[in-house]
Amino acid sequence: MMLNYTIRRLLMLVPVLLGMTIIVFLIIHAIPGDPAEVILGEKASEESKQALRQELKLDEPLYVQYGDFLQKLVSGNLGTSIRTKEAISEEIMPYLAATLELTIVSMAFAVFVGVNAGIISAWKQNSWFDYASMLIALIGVSMPVFWLGLMEQWIFSLKLQWLPSIGRMNPRDPIETVTNLYTIDAMLAGRWDQLWTAVKHLILPGIALGTIPMAIIARMTRSSMLEVLRSDYIRTARSKGMSQFLVIYKHALRNAFIPVLTVIGLQTGMLLGGAVLTETIFAWPGIGRYIFDAIGSRDYPVIQTGILVIAFLFVMINLLVDLLYHAVDPRIRYD
Amino acid sequence: MAEPLMTIQNLQTHFVTDKGAVPAVDGIDLHIRKGEIVGIVGESGCGKSVTSLSIMGLLPKPAGTIAGGHIYFKGEDLAVTRERRMQALRGNEISMIFQEPMTSLNPLMTIGEQISESLRIHRRMSRKEAWRESIAMLDKVGICRAESIVREYPHQLSGGMRQRVMIAIALCCEPELLIADEPTTALDVTIQAQILDLMKKLNEETGTAILMITHDLGVVAETCHRVVVMYAGKVVEEGSVKDIFYKPRHPYTRGLIRSIPKMDSDGGRLYSIPGSVPLPGTITEGCRFAPRCEHAYERCRTEIPELQGEEPGHRSRCWL
Repeated sequence: MMLNYTIRRLLMLVPVLLGMTIIVFLIIHAIPGDPAEVILGEKASEESKQALRQELKLDEPLYVQYGDFLQKLVSGNLGTSIRTKEAISEEIMPYLAATLELTIVSMAFAVFVGVNAGIISAWKQNSWFDYASMLIALIGVSMPVFWLGLMEQWIFSLKLQWLPSIGRMNPRDPIETVTNLYTIDAMLAGRWDQLWTAVKHLILPGIALGTIPMAIIARMTRSSMLEVLRSDYIRTARSKGMSQFLVIYKHALRNAFIPVLTVIGLQTGMLLGGAVLTETIFAWPGIGRYIFDAIGSRDYPVIQTGILVIAFLFVMINLLVDLLYHAVDPRIRYD
Repeated sequence: MAEPLMTIQNLQTHFVTDKGAVPAVDGIDLHIRKGEIVGIVGESGCGKSVTSLSIMGLLPKPAGTIAGGHIYFKGEDLAVTRERRMQALRGNEISMIFQEPMTSLNPLMTIGEQISESLRIHRRMSRKEAWRESIAMLDKVGICRAESIVREYPHQLSGGMRQRVMIAIALCCEPELLIADEPTTALDVTIQAQILDLMKKLNEETGTAILMITHDLGVVAETCHRVVVMYAGKVVEEGSVKDIFYKPRHPYTRGLIRSIPKMDSDGGRLYSIPGSVPLPGTITEGCRFAPRCEHAYERCRTEIPELQGEEPGHRSRCWL
């Protein structure tokens, strides 16, 4: 049943992604500006620009270009970057890995801090901890990410000099890339000093990026827990003589977790695609930057493929969350 | 007579509200002996449930507090016992089952896990032992197919089955006292009778004393040895089931008994006590029941009568 559901959901991805390709394609071609001119510069001759347009098939009607793009996509060809002339499928990997690594760290921070703060706030409702953490959560959701990032750099890099302010690695000691997840690569190479450097580079952007999800998760956990803690089965658990800690972490948390899980899924998806600001401030070579730069140079294939990859990840994470619901709550069935 | 298992003396439980502390239980006294089934009867809001939560130490915090009095359980005063010690007693020596079997079980845990939990906490059983014991307990409370039910989730069971599971959880550590708070109110009549029979049977087999909290005199007549009638936070009459049903002394008790529907009545209107229970916190002088009592006279409105009686064990709080 579970397998059936999964297959059905995967099949449903096809129209969703197809719709995405159309939207992305149309929006990109609606951006003013001529790729030929951007690539060759303003002073290039009309003939050379025309030649380039022909080479890139930009002079064909839109539906032909779209058909071409789709045909390549179906055959597994993600296209070639106009700018670098490299295959996007290879070029995108390091960027994707950088974003993935940062997202994992940010979400680990957000989930750990957010869930626990929410639990304790609900447990000690109306205590100073509750007020303080909910105030921090409120500030957290309202604070612009770029401002938080700059403040972090100012305090922890410039003033205290504890952590590096930008980049993923010490440029003078480049890492041997295998997976492009630097922490993993460092471990694979057995370079523990590099692992430590990579971790230090992750801390500031990880916190900057994780703060908003953390605040949202904390608030969601708190309200969900408050509701669960009032329920009859929590009273039953107490009447069995369980300690408060077990009642909360064993009985209440799981029951309160479904709405929290939804938020975690959505936030993870958002981070994967929407970290342009953080990546810019921390010079983090992630996929947000990759697409952002591609937009600047009207690198249509990169923009298309990049957005499509993000959309794909977003949908996959939501599918994963939907499958996890069942693991958390046996009453949820997929018929 | 056997030594009392639990003695409650002048228990006062207050709830803090916007208007200050409101006494929900206002100086009740009662006792229960080993192996005895005692009914606490009264209308909604008379303080029955609050009494039971006070015993368990499960009053909703921080609103509810025990403001005075003692709850002696085997020599220990539960009114002042610390949470750590209460945790060791709860589910082990004193257990409780609740009114709502539909919502009283954790929807995300199997029946087996929920019974095992108590055994693992109090009996320090291994996972396997606890699981085996859970099956035995389900068997004992009359659930057939116990072997497969342990692996099921609460939503797969009926209300009656769930209440049996609750009883299994409550009794798995062989407590000396079981508090049953309206255990059959939410169930069908036929299931009610089955559950009451089961509780009586287990009481006889294991000697667990039961404090049966109910508003239903039928339940009392069927199961209890002794009855305590509560009204507006106070005990108004106590006695054996026979005393209460055949020789009720307090006008409130009489009113309750008159309002039981009878088979041989000629279909006239069912009797109901005029008026309604005073809200906790409304300040009254004299007997709490006086405003609704047809026999009330001057003294009832100014002085509170003591709980007293000529025959041993049958006492009432009335000037008449």
